[in-house]
Amino acid sequence: MIKLSRRKLLTTGIATAAGASGLVVAAKLAKRYGLIPPDSGGIYGPGETLTYAAQRLLTRHSLAREFSRSQISAKPFANEVAPLGDEFERHKQKAFAGWRLAVDGLVARPASFSLAELKSFPRSSHITMIQCEEGWSYIAEWTGVPLSHVLERVGALPQVRYVVYRSFQPDWWESIDMADALHPQTLLTYEINGGELPVGFGGPLRMRISRQLGYKSLKYVTQLTLTDNIRKFGKGLGSAEPEGGYAWYAGA
Amino acid sequence: MHNLRAIGRTAQMAETPHLRHSGLVRITHWLITAAFLALLVSGLEIVVSHPRFYWGETGNVNTTPLFKIPIPSSRNLVPTGYGYVLPDQNGWSRYLHFQSAWVLVLTALLYGFAGLFNGHFRRNLLPAVSDVSPKRLVSSIVEHLRLKRPSAEEAWSYNVLQRLAYLLVIFILFPLIIWTGLAMSPSFVSAVPAAVNILGGQQSARTLHFFLTWALVLFLLVHVFMVFLSGFRSRVRAMITGRAAEPLERV
Repeated sequence: MIKLSRRKLLTTGIATAAGASGLVVAAKLAKRYGLIPPDSGGIYGPGETLTYAAQRLLTRHSLAREFSRSQISAKPFANEVAPLGDEFERHKQKAFAGWRLAVDGLVARPASFSLAELKSFPRSSHITMIQCEEGWSYIAEWTGVPLSHVLERVGALPQVRYVVYRSFQPDWWESIDMADALHPQTLLTYEINGGELPVGFGGPLRMRISRQLGYKSLKYVTQLTLTDNIRKFGKGLGSAEPEGGYAWYAGA
Repeated sequence: MHNLRAIGRTAQMAETPHLRHSGLVRITHWLITAAFLALLVSGLEIVVSHPRFYWGETGNVNTTPLFKIPIPSSRNLVPTGYGYVLPDQNGWSRYLHFQSAWVLVLTALLYGFAGLFNGHFRRNLLPAVSDVSPKRLVSSIVEHLRLKRPSAEEAWSYNVLQRLAYLLVIFILFPLIIWTGLAMSPSFVSAVPAAVNILGGQQSARTLHFFLTWALVLFLLVHVFMVFLSGFRSRVRAMITGRAAEPLERV
């Protein structure tokens, strides 16, 4: 027989009520401060939400570790890329002179930039590590235009919460929140180690997200779309990765 | 009225059976067991996508590994010597790995703080000073090597080797495996770079994480073997219900 004293019943009741309302308040605050990732549903949602929320609270403005020139990997590794097709080949033959980056969505002045225009914008470099989710890594010097500069140029509207970016490869798209979009190390890169960015490494234009795993650094970027509602894109999980079973947030 | 209540409380205390393991120890034990097994399975799956280990900051298939594991890989471009590629399981493995890591860390924090404040570590795990003498240690090791079944009294307390093994796992191996795990997170180390710099680099952290896994697996195997040796049913029942057979002098 279970014996429950009145006092025990009362304290248990109060503790349960406090715990439940605490959770509700925490969930409301998390939503309000953008601490819930787009792939927060499903059985792995709690873990993903804890990771994303904890890192956004603790590392929102932190900079990825930067290395000295002597630490640059002599043998970087270009991961496997699916065949890029004839159209890409034609771009390549013309030295990507016709490559455009379209910027649309919640912007005051939608625009489309050529590589030459992007290269004429202020440039920024950092020597950082790119880590693949598989476990391998290399250090390289990445050079490009800060994404924040492009967003400023097109007049990003204040309600923007995510930047969606698409690859020349069909079905490859990603998104980041504003903490990463406005981060000083987030670059649209066109150079690696002082030379042109080779196709294998994502040339002519690769998004570089310094504090997340390699798959967020999308290759062959052609389009940026600024939005306040990430659910409108694809299956509403934030990027192509969760649709294929991988986490949207790759800060790990 | 006052007296009646006092009598009632005494009667209640007498009815409460003496428990081998507190509720907190039992719940955290099984939560950590579940989380550890999930971390082990998902972690090994992740290793399959790159069964090569390096030392220092970086490493990839173009660089010389510290060592390779002779298994096939789930990635095309990893040279394994096998003529086939395993299916990619990293998506769910990574989701499960990090979710289980949260369960493990939060449970371990609860267990750790409770153990510090309620005297669990001091009372049940810290060996007596007299027990850590070389002579006692050697005799305990010999007893273990002879696979001697523990005495009835040992059903209610841990022997010195057991205490040292538990302390090693709780205060050294688990903190280290959590630390080396965090040291691989690009976002975490952006805020706390020392976490990875002290270890000698991100690939060193990955390699250490791998070795620590095997140290914990070794502990798990020995732990389960000892449970078998000392009576599987009674020991597992004690960790589930909290109850154990009373030794003679207690009855």
